[in-house]
Amino acid sequence: MDLRDTAEEAAFRRELRSWIEENLSEELQGHRGGAARFEGPEMRAWSRALHDAGYAGLTWPTEYGGTGASYTHQAIFLEEMARAEAPPHVGVIGLGMAGPTIMAHGSEEQKTRYLEPILSAEEIWCQGFSEPGAGSDLAGVRTSARQENGHFVVDGQKVWSSFAHLASFCILLTRSDPESTRHAGLTYLIVDMHAPGVEVRPLTQITGEAEFNEIFFDKVRVPAENLLGDIGGGWQVAMTTLLHERGTLGFALQAALEVQVRKVAALARDRGADPLQRDRIASEWIEMQALRFTNYRALSKLVKTGMPGPEGSISKLVWSEANQRVTKLALELLGPDAALGEENAPYGGYWQHQQLRSRGNTIEAGTSEVLRNIVAERVLGLPKSR
Amino acid sequence: MDFTFTPEQDALREQARAFLAANPEPSWKELAELGWTGVSVAEEDGGAGLTFVEEAVLFEELGRALYRGPYFSTVALALPALPGDLRAEVAAGDTSWTLAFGPLVPDLDLADRIAIVGGDGIYELEGAEREVLATSDVTRSLGVVRGGDPGRRLADAGVLEEIRSRSLAALAIEACGLARRALEYAIEHAQTREQFGRPIGVYQAVSHPLADAYTRLELARSLSLWAAWCVAQEGAQSDQQAPIAAAAAKAFAAEAAVQVCETAIQVHGGIGFTWEHVLHRLYKRALWIESFAASSTTLRAEVAASLLDATGSGSGVSQTPVSLTQGG
Ligand SMILES: Cc1cc2nc3c(=O)[nH]c(=O)nc-3n(C[C@H](O)[C@H](O)[C@H](O)COP(=O)(O)OP(=O)(O)OC[C@H]3O[C@@H](n4cnc5c(N)ncnc54)[C@H](O)[C@@H]3O)c2cc1C
Repeated sequence: MDLRDTAEEAAFRRELRSWIEENLSEELQGHRGGAARFEGPEMRAWSRALHDAGYAGLTWPTEYGGTGASYTHQAIFLEEMARAEAPPHVGVIGLGMAGPTIMAHGSEEQKTRYLEPILSAEEIWCQGFSEPGAGSDLAGVRTSARQENGHFVVDGQKVWSSFAHLASFCILLTRSDPESTRHAGLTYLIVDMHAPGVEVRPLTQITGEAEFNEIFFDKVRVPAENLLGDIGGGWQVAMTTLLHERGTLGFALQAALEVQVRKVAALARDRGADPLQRDRIASEWIEMQALRFTNYRALSKLVKTGMPGPEGSISKLVWSEANQRVTKLALELLGPDAALGEENAPYGGYWQHQQLRSRGNTIEAGTSEVLRNIVAERVLGLPKSR
Repeated sequence: MDFTFTPEQDALREQARAFLAANPEPSWKELAELGWTGVSVAEEDGGAGLTFVEEAVLFEELGRALYRGPYFSTVALALPALPGDLRAEVAAGDTSWTLAFGPLVPDLDLADRIAIVGGDGIYELEGAEREVLATSDVTRSLGVVRGGDPGRRLADAGVLEEIRSRSLAALAIEACGLARRALEYAIEHAQTREQFGRPIGVYQAVSHPLADAYTRLELARSLSLWAAWCVAQEGAQSDQQAPIAAAAAKAFAAEAAVQVCETAIQVHGGIGFTWEHVLHRLYKRALWIESFAASSTTLRAEVAASLLDATGSGSGVSQTPVSLTQGG
């Protein structure tokens, strides 16, 4: 047990810190995220710069544009980005889900074609899993993929698909065997979002922004080489995606929470906090540290044994609920100003936006109820509730 | 960065768990023979020359076993104040100690000798009258000392900060040990007890609080191990985070242990409410830990002060020493 950086890790951290200092502009620092990320070219340029410096795909193999570094470097990277309040790379779904899934299940051609443009932010990805009839119960997907003369024909509807309106590609979970039910008969495809028959309709969210969308597929022709994994083996591929969505994001989530807690502390210093509010600020700082060291434990186990520890499974659950409390606490510290609309609110409406956005945290990427089921069944070994 | 135990530390844990299962009430001499009383005592004083991380492994197992003896009072409270010759006696199992720093002194019925905080130093207290009080947790006593005279001067009061970090970190990891055992009982019960024709663990009103108990416990353990590591760095490198890490760990772990025990009692139904079941003893130790030295709210007030009042420490790390007696 040694929580200090090794000499090599310390050198990486120093180099990274000075790179961020030189490259992070003031407008980008503390960027509030959300849909505003995509309004100008700055965020893509920033993402591109991260890639050019080798920081975008730190753990990805070098042959696909990555750096081939360890997960420890990735953790240091996220820590330093949080410390500098630097915005994350815009390719959230590509980096966090599509990329790792393609690396695990994709053909050589697919890896060569798709991975690097994710890192350079040239191509944005979206995830087409949820449907009107299949949310928590993902095995209920009905969007169909019919095989026809060496390609697939896709019909159906997806919903809540983040960034679909900007995306070049979609990772799509379909039912290829109309006779099948549940986990069998599913097939995982890569779909070109500009193919004829794909229609995207933005849905306005609780924050007033439209980041997620409905996607309609009307006889969309998908080439056979866009199959990821086996026909009928889509469930296994989808599990890889979900593992990465909830798992490897742990450090990014903790880093984001650290920024929030630091901002809340600054807010309290600015505007004052009563003893009860101070108690809650301390609580949130402690829980944020707890999440950090829980991630470290999981990371150390991953580095040593190749398998993350079971502690890792709680990251997303803990983060989402903490982020909801922290942002609510910030509104409380704002006092009556909390009721002002984003245009008139202090700090450019940062906290109003963050607090509303946080309500999605316990729904997206597996609801908190589903995550508690997973902890109960897979970690604690309790009998299945369904 | 490496946040795993070494094979030697894992072996120590296994040895401790097996030994305590076979010997639920070990004597001080037996602990000394295992090398436990001299873990962090220097080799030239007859100890193992190891660190607080190894001691933390033992505190976790001792908490799990609800060990009754002067290990906490000697190793967490008194040891940093003892000069080399007295440490050697501790390592050899010849003496045990407690430290009087507040009105209620732990392990007064079992500790051989008493150290006391007075003015700018820590002294041995000689010839004092001891009164052991009834405590809710019968496995760890509290008492008061009256009269007596200061004897040998043991250390400067400056060592109190280290004592505070050590004792808070020890209590935090001990809380994790006992909470783990309570959670294991609850999981087993939820898997086997059937009502309405199904094991009660299928009901989310049972399984979700258990998932939360597990989550709180893992978070508590992460903080406690962080604190243990920081304490182990103290002296060597003077880790500035030790006071705040220990305060954070104890604040969180004590509350988590109380919550885990309460969930376990609820999941057990009537049997969980009996004197016969071990749960209430785990619960009472958790409550003891929560109340000792400084409550979670007191500790959070210190964390808040270091975050909000300190000037120029952006990382929220306390530069201000925290007093051991505060809130005690
Ligand atoms: C901001 C945001 C972004 C999203 N982005 C994407 C995306 O990019 N791609 C994508 O595919 N999806 C996306 N989603 C969809 C998300 O994955 C689903 O909303 C989520 O899985 C829940 O499904 P649902 O909405 O159908 O709710 P339901 O599954 O109908 O759940 C409704 C309620 O019932 C509870 N519930 C359901 N089953 C159980 C059970 N077994 N036990 C206990 N409680 C249960 C749920 O926890 C929830 O509280 C996004 C959602 C949000 C909010």
